[in-house]
Amino acid sequence: MDLADLLEIKEKELRTRKPIRLRCCLAAGCVSSNGQAVKESLDKAVQEAGLADEVEVRQVGCMRLCCEGPLVAVDPAGILYQKVAPEDAASIVAALKGGETQVKRGDLNHPFFTKQMSIVLENSGEIDPERIESYIAADGYQALNDALVEMKPKEVIDAILQSGLRGRGGAGYPTGLKWATVAKMQGSKKYVICNADEGDPGAFMDRSVLESDPHRLLEGMAIAAYAVGADQGFIYVRAEYPLAISRLHTAIKQAKQHGLLGSGVLEAAFTFNVEIRIGAGAFVCGEETALMASIEGERGTPRPRPPFPAERGLYAGPTLINNVETLANVPSIVRKGADWFAGIGTEKSKGTKVFALAGKITNTGLIEVPMGTSLRTIVEEMGAGAPDGNQVKAVQTGGPSGGCLPASQLDTPVDYESLQQLGSIMGSGGMIVMDQTTNMVDVARFFMEFCMDESCGKCTPCRAGTVQLHALLDRILRRQATARDLELLEELCDLVKHTSLCGLGQTAPNPVLSTLRFFRNEYLELLQPEIGAPAAFGTPPKPDVNPTG
Amino acid sequence: MTVPSVPSNHGHVSYAAFSLMETTVTARSEAPPRKPLEHPSGDKRFKILEVFIKRLQHRQDMLIEVLHKAQELFGFLDNDLLIYVAQQLRLPPSRVFGVATFYHYFTLKPKGAHTCVVCMGTACYVKGADRVLAAIEQHAGIKAGETTSDNQLSLLTARCIGACGIAPAVVYDGAVTARQSAEDALERVKGWTNGSR
Amino acid sequence: MPVKTLTIDGKPVSAVEGQTVLEAAQDAGISIPTLCHLDGVSDVGACRLCLVEVAGVSRLLPACVTKVTEEMEVRTESERLKRYRRMILELLFAERNHVCAVCVSNGRCELQNLAVAQGMDHVRFAYRFPPYEVDITHRMFGMDHNRCVLCSRCVRVCWFIEGAATKNVAGRGADARIITDLSQPWGESETCTSCGKCVQACPTGAKFHKGSTVAEMERDRSRLEYIVTAREKKQWIV
Repeated sequence: MDLADLLEIKEKELRTRKPIRLRCCLAAGCVSSNGQAVKESLDKAVQEAGLADEVEVRQVGCMRLCCEGPLVAVDPAGILYQKVAPEDAASIVAALKGGETQVKRGDLNHPFFTKQMSIVLENSGEIDPERIESYIAADGYQALNDALVEMKPKEVIDAILQSGLRGRGGAGYPTGLKWATVAKMQGSKKYVICNADEGDPGAFMDRSVLESDPHRLLEGMAIAAYAVGADQGFIYVRAEYPLAISRLHTAIKQAKQHGLLGSGVLEAAFTFNVEIRIGAGAFVCGEETALMASIEGERGTPRPRPPFPAERGLYAGPTLINNVETLANVPSIVRKGADWFAGIGTEKSKGTKVFALAGKITNTGLIEVPMGTSLRTIVEEMGAGAPDGNQVKAVQTGGPSGGCLPASQLDTPVDYESLQQLGSIMGSGGMIVMDQTTNMVDVARFFMEFCMDESCGKCTPCRAGTVQLHALLDRILRRQATARDLELLEELCDLVKHTSLCGLGQTAPNPVLSTLRFFRNEYLELLQPEIGAPAAFGTPPKPDVNPTG
Repeated sequence: MTVPSVPSNHGHVSYAAFSLMETTVTARSEAPPRKPLEHPSGDKRFKILEVFIKRLQHRQDMLIEVLHKAQELFGFLDNDLLIYVAQQLRLPPSRVFGVATFYHYFTLKPKGAHTCVVCMGTACYVKGADRVLAAIEQHAGIKAGETTSDNQLSLLTARCIGACGIAPAVVYDGAVTARQSAEDALERVKGWTNGSR
Repeated sequence: MPVKTLTIDGKPVSAVEGQTVLEAAQDAGISIPTLCHLDGVSDVGACRLCLVEVAGVSRLLPACVTKVTEEMEVRTESERLKRYRRMILELLFAERNHVCAVCVSNGRCELQNLAVAQGMDHVRFAYRFPPYEVDITHRMFGMDHNRCVLCSRCVRVCWFIEGAATKNVAGRGADARIITDLSQPWGESETCTSCGKCVQACPTGAKFHKGSTVAEMERDRSRLEYIVTAREKKQWIV
């Protein structure tokens, strides 16, 4: 396999394409709304109408507007059918030839679609995720070829540095710097790990990339491996994503068969193998040292850093860990150039960001917008606000490590620094909208319960501190707390934030701190007047405070 | 893949006990191939598990993969099975137990004939997943994480199944189902729990 | 061996490259509170009591795993650190049932001593009163989970000094607990060598010699040191 072969596959794929194409979304959201049956009945309807020569029905990945699924798009007519039922198949096929259909048509001129800018999701909803030819036809693996044939590893790293790409997993560390550190390390065996342990509740960006465009991730990993000098890669993916796992397996098999993974990739002197490791239900394994422990078959407990994974990581070798979205940006940067990428976004946050928009919002689904887009554009224009005439009250980003921003801050641009200044974080991209019916103290307790359940139990502040934070929030919600408890809550937040061993503990208080900052009144309204001695002392816990559930 | 070589000299062991544990324990033993271990129960599934472990070359760092497979075959991990895994991988039982209880995906108790997983991710939560869960709990007379006494229904919660666009989502016997209300959920589980209270 | 000079609480200290801040401080006679640290076994940086401030570093660093560097300025005592240490101790006392008055280690307990030294005289958090049991199935030793602080010292001596790997941490978060083999009664363990190192390593009354009653449990840490020195330096110091 070399460039000529790639181009031949592309050419053949485009040549054999039929004039009319029905794209059926078969990502997890639409699958759970019966999308598979829709595709099958469309197949049948096309056969029955005798249109098999001119119409093809293909499965594709996520088409973004999950709340309206199953989605079916028609090319080249540019129609998007929503909430399609298997019974609708005949009329949709008839409509291709001038017939009538009552199926709801989506408005592709809605800001939900027009304000998007696709890099990571470029092929999502367009290509068949289970066919490598489909990816190659969309110029797939050309970036890997460019890197291997035309660039030295250092030039690849320079391009990533220059592009300004920062880690999309949450913290926003410059990707190029991470690569450069691993590349510098001595060591015969280096590793590239893709962190696909998307654990934030309310986030499904990575899942969509894995389900919709798995080869993009493999290509990004291969480029990263070439740049840092690794020959072995691992994708650590959650067990909760069976469809993503099966598509990744398919993609790896196809890439090997085509000489795009394995030894002598694209006939260059470069070897790269990828294995999948399946998580087993532990949020903390999104933390890089815990993730490595888990790949090694250990309890997923984090360890102190230094040494950082770049120095001493998986199996004690220098290790590069990037998340799915970060790696999915890489092929585009290599193919289109660092300057192109650096021209998108804001001064310090380059490129685009994928968000999973969910909660009390009319349009739920996946969006990819340039960095710097305001929350208002996302929530009010693209998401079309809260449904049923309700008011948007808050927007939560960053999951259990992030914060809740009030409606008054909707003009905040989404970039790493702006969100951090307001006590939230960019996070991996979950964006949950809340309306006036949502109680913010309850939201804080919800996240604290999450952190408490997911704490690995290694360090004291996180293990015992989250339990006490949860108990205090519970007391407040049960109207049994006093101003003294609130004081203790804040003091404990400070402790857990500054003394915990890993990021999970260090960020666990964020949802409490940010709701205290913007919605303090909701806490104060629940407080009781002080009577006598501090009640917290020696009170046996109520059964529901026990974290064993 | 090639098996990573294990450094012979632990220069920085004092950084973390557990990283030392990894480097010493995950070394693939160079022992000669062992005899097939016939499980005394004669249960065929042990044979399948043994072949699986053999394909992984008895690598100790594949413990989690092996536990996944074991649970897939047996439904849950009882002590007998954990001991078998420990023997096959030549790991101390305490390590196998420590790992099996760390990850919530592994269950040490048998599951019911049907499972109902209520997603409690943020999107589902703000859209009322807590009410769905409460309704099922009340109906079946069990708490999340428990199984009815007649072993018909296991009620579980998930930390986000990534189906936020169709929240609140519930997984009935493996099938993700969109936009569930308490009534929808009760309708589904009713047939499974007849007389279970 | 290259020497690093640093200051700890304003006092100039010289240390060997590769030493931790904790070791350098101990050599200089400066005490830093510790709980999960045990001389001779590898550190995990888990209890967070030894956190110190280092000039130019915004995070607090655990002294037990932080290596000395040239011209490092370390502060081991500040109002903030004292407050954090007291609060961590409060969390530990509230977490399980630490009833000193009826504990075998009363008067010789590291947790109790830390509370005294740090001035932690009351607990502001709700006691959780978890229902833990006492395992007295072993013929020589007992394990009282009510007194356990999950420092994992027993696990580490069992794995890395004795090599039996009988003990481990199971479960996670607040449900984490120390187990024997497959969470069996200690007395039924087939891997335990009854060497007693875990009992010597325990900082509280969680592991004890059977037969000891209130305040009677004496430990002799020097026996662990004897073995560690013999292992590492090939010196048998009797």
